[in-house]
Amino acid sequence: MLKRLRENKSAQGTLLALPTTFWMFILLIIPLILTAIVSFGKRSPDGNVIYTFSLDNYIRLIGISSDCPAGQTTCFNPLYVQILWRSLTLAFNSTVLVIMLAYPLAYFIARSHPNRRTTFLFMVLIPLWTNFVIRVYAWMMLLRKEGAINAVLGWVAHLLHINFVPLEMLYTPGAVLVGMVYEFLPFMILPIYTSLEKIDNSLYEAAADLGANPFRTFLRVTLPLSMPGVVAGTILVFIPVMGTFIVSDLLGGKQVILIGNLIQRQFLDARDPAFGSASSLILMVMTLIVTYFYTRKFGFGEEIVAA
Amino acid sequence: MNPFKRSPFVIISTVLVYIFLYAPIVVLVLYSFNSSRVNITFEGFIPTFSERVVMDGSTVVSSPCGPFHWFCDLSKNREVMSAAKNTLTIAFIATIVSTIIGTMAAIALQRYDFRLKSFSQLSLYVPIVIPEIVMGIGILTLISQVFGWVNTTFALSGDARLSMGLFTVTISHIAFMVPFVTLVVQARLQGFDKSFEEAAMDLGANEWTTFRRVTFPMILPGVLSGALLAFTLSLDDFVITFFTNGPGSTTLPIYVYGLLRRIITPQVNALSTVWILIVFTVVLLLQIVQSREQSKS
Repeated sequence: MLKRLRENKSAQGTLLALPTTFWMFILLIIPLILTAIVSFGKRSPDGNVIYTFSLDNYIRLIGISSDCPAGQTTCFNPLYVQILWRSLTLAFNSTVLVIMLAYPLAYFIARSHPNRRTTFLFMVLIPLWTNFVIRVYAWMMLLRKEGAINAVLGWVAHLLHINFVPLEMLYTPGAVLVGMVYEFLPFMILPIYTSLEKIDNSLYEAAADLGANPFRTFLRVTLPLSMPGVVAGTILVFIPVMGTFIVSDLLGGKQVILIGNLIQRQFLDARDPAFGSASSLILMVMTLIVTYFYTRKFGFGEEIVAA
Repeated sequence: MNPFKRSPFVIISTVLVYIFLYAPIVVLVLYSFNSSRVNITFEGFIPTFSERVVMDGSTVVSSPCGPFHWFCDLSKNREVMSAAKNTLTIAFIATIVSTIIGTMAAIALQRYDFRLKSFSQLSLYVPIVIPEIVMGIGILTLISQVFGWVNTTFALSGDARLSMGLFTVTISHIAFMVPFVTLVVQARLQGFDKSFEEAAMDLGANEWTTFRRVTFPMILPGVLSGALLAFTLSLDDFVITFFTNGPGSTTLPIYVYGLLRRIITPQVNALSTVWILIVFTVVLLLQIVQSREQSKS
């Protein structure tokens, strides 16, 4: 038996991969299939699921409501479509902002002296490893009406003898955007750095020898060669922004409801797992579609692993 | 052309982005020494005068711990201590298991051909391309269905009833950590030539010896960085834990989140300061180790 196993390469491979494959099957594949099944079910009066095949949850999500004013049987309720649209635009805006902030920093690190690069990189890692929830809390402290930003602004206004009314920054869409950008910025810096660092110096010299000015060199050499990093970073930022609910919960209050908040509430407050599962499936499909088209256009870099 | 030349635009943006990254952390740490209990404005450090805590309204006038009043307060908070213990227990167990099985899978995927190989590889990419909440509620649905079925079928009652807890959090953590370990180790294996192993076999080493003396030392840095990544992911995790924890398995992120929804207290700042200090120390040690290795090679 043992001897046969020693000679059978295929069986060895299967055995080595078995624990992981089994684990992923039980706790990833089956849960996803179950979510799909539950999403076609209905809510039972005690907050459980009745397994049937009904499209009601999806119909509700696209805005066709049965809860209408008297005299109408169906009407349009844009609430959920608005939530989906808000999540998509926020994820898009955050990703663009993150790229704009991350690129110069990654470029700076990649172009600094090799001995200093690790120090600069570790300076990016420290905020990243400071807990996610704690980082949101830090922004609560900064943005509050009595928070640090208003304190500094008030002090400046006092020096300049200007009348100052504290700004209401917390619980606004802007606060959520800043929070998302802050949370996911390091996930963009690391892959962009990895792809920039790979670029051979001789390429820059060649471009300069051929008469390209620094701006043109950047546009024609650096930028195209760093695209794998930008693509990997976009995937690492866009997908979590789409699904995160703590940032909007703590910095947006009741003002900014994203699809993540919708899903979480269906499972914990509204006790409607069927509708929550349908929303979750829609979220997954949306991120997969965006990722698919994006990576098909720009390719899927190995930089994801490097981050 | 100087390869290290950077334009003023790049330097200024870099400084601004570093300020953006660190300003919130500095404020957080500063406020953990605040004398105001409601944590609204910074009212100065807490002096040490008396043997007991003296309060004036919401301001701490003096405390035996001095400026470290909130840290003393924190250390007396049993919920925080048990949450810290849970967080570390889960992270240690999940890291050990996911590193072992993840490394095994990486070797299998990189060095062997077998049935279900493409399925195994594909299932490892899924957690990266779907939002964590999707996985979280999927696991929640599965576990609640299975536990509900077991509890009713075997008519379990009281303490015998299966419920969410440390066990469910740990197995779910392993599920999202394994792909990262496997991908990191796989990347390391990709960089190495198979001929090293083949040479060892030609020289008469059996497979186990080859693994122990050739393959494992080669991939060890990859395994360690995979384990470190897994450990930090587990410590940091909020979403998966949020949907799989139960009574008695609250972790620090879950505890802090629950607290923040109700009240804001300098205890959270003190906790954050301790956390940041630990992260800073670990990062510093890692950097020292890494620079030593670099100078060696």
